[in-house]
Amino acid sequence: MRSRWSYVYFAFYLLLGIVLLFLNNDLSKAVITLMNVIIVLVPLIGTIFGVMYYYNSKEFTELLLAQPLKRSSIFLGQYLGVALSLSMSLILGLGIPFVFYGLFESSAIWDFSLLLITGTFLTLIFTALAFNIALSNENKIKGFGYAILLWLFLAIIYDGLFLMTLIMFEDYPLDKVSLIGTMLNPIDLSRTLILLKLDISALLGYTGAVFKQFFGTSFGLIVSFIMLTVWVVLPVLRIVFKSKRKDF
Amino acid sequence: MVSITGLYKKFGRNEVLKGVDLTIKDGGIFAVLGPNGSGKTTLIKSILGMVIPNKGDISVLGENIKKNSGYRHKIDYLPQIANFPSNLRVKELITMIKDLRKPTDEDQRLIELFKLEPFLDKKLGNLSGGTKQKVNLVLTFMFDSPLVILDEPTTGLDPISLIRLKNLIQAEKAKGKTILITSHIMSFVEEVSDEIVFILEGKIYFKGSIHELKTKTNQPDFEHAIASILTDNHA
Repeated sequence: MRSRWSYVYFAFYLLLGIVLLFLNNDLSKAVITLMNVIIVLVPLIGTIFGVMYYYNSKEFTELLLAQPLKRSSIFLGQYLGVALSLSMSLILGLGIPFVFYGLFESSAIWDFSLLLITGTFLTLIFTALAFNIALSNENKIKGFGYAILLWLFLAIIYDGLFLMTLIMFEDYPLDKVSLIGTMLNPIDLSRTLILLKLDISALLGYTGAVFKQFFGTSFGLIVSFIMLTVWVVLPVLRIVFKSKRKDF
Repeated sequence: MVSITGLYKKFGRNEVLKGVDLTIKDGGIFAVLGPNGSGKTTLIKSILGMVIPNKGDISVLGENIKKNSGYRHKIDYLPQIANFPSNLRVKELITMIKDLRKPTDEDQRLIELFKLEPFLDKKLGNLSGGTKQKVNLVLTFMFDSPLVILDEPTTGLDPISLIRLKNLIQAEKAKGKTILITSHIMSFVEEVSDEIVFILEGKIYFKGSIHELKTKTNQPDFEHAIASILTDNHA
């Protein structure tokens, strides 16, 4: 992607990393703050960039469609171009300051890598979702609207609804339900994964203990990563499917 | 060269093609004509595989085009509106398309022909409509493919470039290529085309030479012949 925005994004993370380290003077605390930023921001940027890129390169896509190229390779190429350059900005932008600060000698390295891995997953997931929305909507404004709504829903509204159901049904045993509910939202899943890795689950009370039992084990970790992968694969498959049937 | 049988396409509730059967033989210049919204571009885009038909078969050079992309190696296509990514330079775009298809030196000759040298390092977003169309023409003609499809090739061209384009089309025809053109400029069509295909309301209304059309409609000149078809069918 020949875009100056990916450099801006990179510079932003670079700055964020440096500032956080400077203010916190402690790696693991900086990781916690970063998590809060990443969990909300990465999906937002992935969604917006995905939609924006698709609509902006529409004419170019039409030029490519008349060339002897497979549709799936055109669209997957565009998707990977956006998603990978965003992931690179994230990894390099945050990685560089942390490495200079002495990440490799610190105990926070695993927490930090988990943060970057989930960040990359979130980028892949939300860019794919954004491409899906853009492919299904000819109208730019509608596409943008739906994309922002999707982000808002998964990042904020979902949590609210989730909490409401938990309160409404508080008389029932809810461990399983809340586990599944967390699994179904990639943002919640990432948040829980990192929180538990950071060992601050005591803050979460009883549910925290249940979650710890599940996510803390390697089985829980594997299941979570499988869920995140499913979240990537399904939208990507739909990109391929949808693009094969679309008229230009 | 191209054979189409029973082609149907609708966008939403709007039926654009209603059973098109068309065979285009090897060699010669074919003009696809019709009023606005008659389905010319849809027909051409179906041949290119950009629009996926609801029903019907299309084969290009004996190859069925369904679930196939390799056949586009044999087609040069000039899109109707030249919209290129605006942050690319002309030179970069040409190199990129060459990378996608195959190496060629023909572009040098065409750049000279259309006097595009001063624009090679300019960004595509900063070019005028006519210059963009010239770049578009270079991209189309630089590969020596047996089938050339031109959608409104004259848009935005100045008179001298128009003459160069006509010469270019004739030269391509002399190489034995098949050329499909859509245009609303009747004088241009009359000058270059060997045979015309007239589409009306999603069906082939007439196919044959200009002379045959004149006899059929009893009109002395081509422009009036076309006009008489339109008035007869809309009155």
